[in-house]
Parts: sequence; structure tokens; C-alpha cells
Amino acid sequence: MSASNWTTDFLNQLNSTEFFIVPVLINPNTVNTAFNGDPQSDKIVLWQIESRHWQQFGQYALEQNLRWVAGWAEHAETVFIVNACFEKAGIYVLLRTRIDTDHPELPSQATVYPAANRSERHTQDLFGISFAGHPDNRRWTRHQAWGKHSYPLRKDFSVQGEPQAVTPPDMNYPFVKAHGAGVYEIPVGPVHAGIIEPGHFRFLAVGELILNLEERLGYVHKGIEKIAEGRTPDSLARLAGRISGDTTVGHCWAACRAMEQAAGITIPPRAALIRGILAERERVANHLGDMGAICNDVAFVFAQMQFTRLRELWLRTHATVFGHRLLMDRIVPGGVICDLSETACTLIKQEILQLKNELSEVMPAIDLNSSLEDRLYTAGYLSPETATAFGTLGYVGRASGQDFDVRRDAPYSPYDQVTFKVALENKGDIASRFWVRYKEINAALKLINQFIAQLAEGDILADWQTPPAGSEGLGIVEGWRGEITTYVRFDDDNKIARFYPRDPSILNWPALEKLTLNNIVPDFPVCNKSLNGSYSGNDL
Amino acid sequence: MLQLFKKILKTGVVTEKYKAPKDDELEKLGIEIKRHIDKQFSGSIAIRQVDAGSCNGCELEIHALNNPYYNIERFGIHFVASPRHADVLLVTGPVSRHMQTALLRTYEATPNPKWVVAVGDCAACGGEFGVSYASCGAVSNVIPVDMTIVGCPPTPLALLKGLLSLINK
Repeated sequence: MSASNWTTDFLNQLNSTEFFIVPVLINPNTVNTAFNGDPQSDKIVLWQIESRHWQQFGQYALEQNLRWVAGWAEHAETVFIVNACFEKAGIYVLLRTRIDTDHPELPSQATVYPAANRSERHTQDLFGISFAGHPDNRRWTRHQAWGKHSYPLRKDFSVQGEPQAVTPPDMNYPFVKAHGAGVYEIPVGPVHAGIIEPGHFRFLAVGELILNLEERLGYVHKGIEKIAEGRTPDSLARLAGRISGDTTVGHCWAACRAMEQAAGITIPPRAALIRGILAERERVANHLGDMGAICNDVAFVFAQMQFTRLRELWLRTHATVFGHRLLMDRIVPGGVICDLSETACTLIKQEILQLKNELSEVMPAIDLNSSLEDRLYTAGYLSPETATAFGTLGYVGRASGQDFDVRRDAPYSPYDQVTFKVALENKGDIASRFWVRYKEINAALKLINQFIAQLAEGDILADWQTPPAGSEGLGIVEGWRGEITTYVRFDDDNKIARFYPRDPSILNWPALEKLTLNNIVPDFPVCNKSLNGSYSGNDL
Repeated sequence: MLQLFKKILKTGVVTEKYKAPKDDELEKLGIEIKRHIDKQFSGSIAIRQVDAGSCNGCELEIHALNNPYYNIERFGIHFVASPRHADVLLVTGPVSRHMQTALLRTYEATPNPKWVVAVGDCAACGGEFGVSYASCGAVSNVIPVDMTIVGCPPTPLALLKGLLSLINK
């Protein structure tokens, strides 16, 4: 990146105080040679810092209005490498420190960044690193499947672990309590009443009013980070496509971008355009489903039936054109496996016209409905300040004035070749989140048309090259829920040493605890649906 | 309101016709049935869906069974909110260890006679996740399974045909 961006000033400011930060190159062997076709690659800088300055850096970063993006660790023999990622104006700072495995302690950044809270607890549970001063160091991802003093992501912990025949329930989690006349608790889950993922919600209510909501997730922790180790690139892409079934394109793309960055591979332009089409189609499919489900949660079945019908038609085209209804395993390291014929392009363009036509009939019928207005306006309010504090992403953030979109602010191929408008609302209620989705559908349809117009003959898959041991990559894409940040480091022999995918849900779930406050318990389902966090993507 | 009714009339009925599949088609779909639903219970079945660790892909396709194209309720198959009301547990995902007790308790809470359908590759054999410190793998490692419908995820058509063949014998 040019010297004029904010990172230079910030680095000077930090180093003029007591800091000593060393900017280093990510993959010095590959980044300057082969990997120069990617417009995002010069938007990521890597800074090494001493561990004692970890928390202080957070304070300075907050003063500079940096957004906290992600945090993860890695076990390398006698040290833990701890990473935290920050963003401002589309430039990402990857902050890194090393701590001794004998004294695994680091000052907590969650003291200044609420967004870092659960992530640090996840690292605490899986690595045994303690974050000094953390405002809430209860266990998070750990229930009862492994012991308090064993840590699955350490190298001496085997993939199989030492599980009991039946894992006991997590009975004694210290939930927040309230005392006083008329306050009562409502425990919900992990098995819910609908066809949805498992998680536990603990309400403190007075009458119908929600006094406090506490989430307890981690029920679908499948050890994704651990079972990723030792995989080949193809196998990792398959796993990434199953982090969250509704974001299979998004996660697969992020993982492949990270691996391609590590290996110094530039994918063919045609493959990038097809990836773009896949990602936008995934966005439309999910928004159609969600818009119907939001209406269904306030008993407006007309919209549910119309939207599920439109979604089904959309998915059937996925199957006929791309070969999979949810688009799983279409993206592979080096490109894509599904090409688009002329006939397929015509079909897609026709379908877009049809969908627009259908929506032009459905949306006015919804917009004019007073029962929806009653339920969706002002309900589930998330203030722009809270959204900023939690680093809320995607349509949830954009409905509360968070004007950020990776596709526009840190564009990656093919988004650097197109122009589009990022949907934005600022009322922060359920209706805003509904309308942002509708705007995003329209923007996605335009993008798909632009991508098709740019398709030129060419390859769709680049040859894979085994990256040198230690090569790393950070893949950042805008999934349908928002920014996905995925880290990959290779071992020798083309094997994965470390994989960390940060689903946007990890940052969006805490916002749900805030936006349900002072709503009534019966409105919780629609509040939850309007945010629609992924349980699986959160729990890993 | 007029626009709403106009759209309903214009859309019409889109529901498609399906029949329970013959044995060879079942085999082609990879559907395996170990125990059919007894005749006296098969007119109407109540399903409790349990996600025991799925990536949510299977849930999306199970949801689709209720869209106007498949409209599964017309066959007397409906989804209920409690295992106490259920005849069939439709279980997805490799069973995560953190969900193991919850699944066992859901199974115990379902009144007899009950049937368990394992949906998706993960539920059938552990899929991409297998058995690990965090995952028990296939559903049959935790509770008895009467039918498996494979696929990653299985299409709504495969799900529909599987469920129809479970009640049609």
C-alpha cells in the first residue's frame, strides 16, 4: 500500500512512545513475486509486537477507531503465536506476538474491545492461554467434552482426545443472575422448537419484558480447527465448505484465497468471475429465505410462502447450472470446477429478470401491510454505537449505519472490476435489517449481470504449487452474512498446519444480547431471525 | 390487500406430484430402511427435527420440504415443536460431544413407538467430521437408527421420498 495511508502515521505514533513494532512481510518468498495479481494483498500489513504491549496496543487502536476483526493463536513447539487483526478504511493490520508456553499469559484486549471477548475465551479454552484482566473469563467453547486442564489445539493433544462414553451435560455454567420480586428465568435450548441449530438462551424476564439475555453457545463445536490440521488443500476446501452450510461458497472462497495467497497462486480471471457469481447467488438465496422467515416469525405466512417459492426456484437453477443446490464444493484451490456455458448465462440472466418481476409484485403487498409494520418497526433496536463497539458485520451492521463492505473497501478479484452500491440503513430495527436484505438482493442481481458481461474465454483452474513450509495467508471475503476472515498456515508437504476461519456470526451474536433488551419474549424469535447468526460457524 | 390476493391468485398452486419410490429407486438414492413405520401409525407422522451438530446445510433442505413445491404436510407428515409429540426423530449432523446428552434426552423424551431417521452424510457415517475429541460421528453411535438418507445435504426430493417410503409399507 502507498505510504500515504493511516498505518504509517499510526506506526510512527506507536514507535515514538514506548513501543517497538516491526513491520514484516507476509511470506517474503512469495508475496513480491508471484502474488501480485490480487488487489487485496497490499491491504494487509503484519506487525510484530512484544507481548507486554498487547493490551496497550488495543487502547491506541481504539483511539484511532480501528475495528477489531479477529483473534487466534497457534502452537509452535515452545511458543504460542498469538494474532489479532484490526481494520480501518479497508487496510488490515495483523498484529502478532509470541509468548512462552511455560507462561502462557497475555494482557487482554477485551478490556477495551468488547468484540474480542468471546474470541479470547475461545483461545483460553482451546490453548490454555490466560488473558490477564479479561472482564469475563468463564469458559466459552468448552463444555464437558474435555477437561479443564487439557487444551485441544495444543500439539500434544491428540485429535481423538480422551472422551468419556457419554459426555455429561454442561450443568454448572455460572449464568448471570438477577434477584428481586417478579424476576424469573427462562431457559431455552439447546434443542429448539423449530428446525434450527442448537444453542442455549437464558432469559431474565419481568412479565413479558426481557431484562437480560445471555447466550450459551458451543453445542455444535466439532473441532474444525483441529481436524483441519494435516489436511491437503483440496480436503481443507471441502471442510471449509461445511463450516456453515448456508455460507458454503463464502467460507470455501475465504479458505481458498488464504491458501492461494500462501502458495503464491493467481487464479484465472474467468474463475474469479465465476466465484463472484456463485457468492452473489448464495447471498440472494439466503436473503430470500431470511426475508420469508422474518415474516413467518410474525405469522405473516403469505410472504413466507412467496419467498420460499422464489428461493426454491433459485436453488433449482443452482442445481441445473452449477450441479449443487447449495453450491457446495464448486470452489477449489486454484479456481472453480464448474464452467458456465453461453446457454447457462442466458438462463441466469432470464432468471434475474423473472425474480425482479416477482419481487415487484410481492414487495408492494408486503410494504402495504400494517400488521408487519406493527411488528417490525422499532423492534429489536441495535444502536449504531453498540454496533460499532461490537464490530457488528454484514446486513446487521449495515442496518445500524456501519458502512463497511469488504467487496468495496478492500476489493478482491472480481470485485475490483465492478461498481456497486453498498446497501445502508440507519434505523437499526428489524425492518431496517429486512430492507437492507432487499437492497442487497438488488445489488447482487446487478453484480451477477456485470460478472456475466465480463466473462471471457479462458481457464477456470490454475495449477496448484506446493507452498514452502511456514507459508501463510489471510483470506478476507464478504460472505452473505458479512466479512469472513480466514487464516491458513502450511506445514511442509502441502499439509495444513493451522486453519482459523472467523465467521461474521462470531462478532454478530453478542449484538443479539443487546438488541433484544426491553423487547418482549414473544418477539425474540423474530429478533433472532433478523440477525440470523450461524451456530455452527460460531462454535467451529 | 388487493395486491396480496392478486399475487396469490396469479401464483396459483405450484405443488408437485410425488409417489413413494420403488425399491430400486430407493437404492439409487442411497436410502436405507431398517424398520418401517407400523401400518397403524403410518397415516400421520409427527416429526421432531434434532440438529445434533450439523453445519445447517441439512436444515436448509429440511426447511424446503415445507415450501409450496414439496408441501410435505399433504402426506400427513408434519413437524412438531416437542419430542413429546413426536413419532419420528429426524436427526442431522455428526453428533457433537456437546450435544450427546441432549440427543439422548430427546430420544428418551419421545414416546414409544418411535423411529429415528439419520439425515445427511454426517448423520449416516460421520461425513467430513468423523469421530474426534469433539464429535461422536454417526448418529447410530449414540442412538438406534431406523433409516438413513444420505447426501451432503440430501435434496428435498430424496428426503420426501425417504419419508414416504418409511410410512408406505
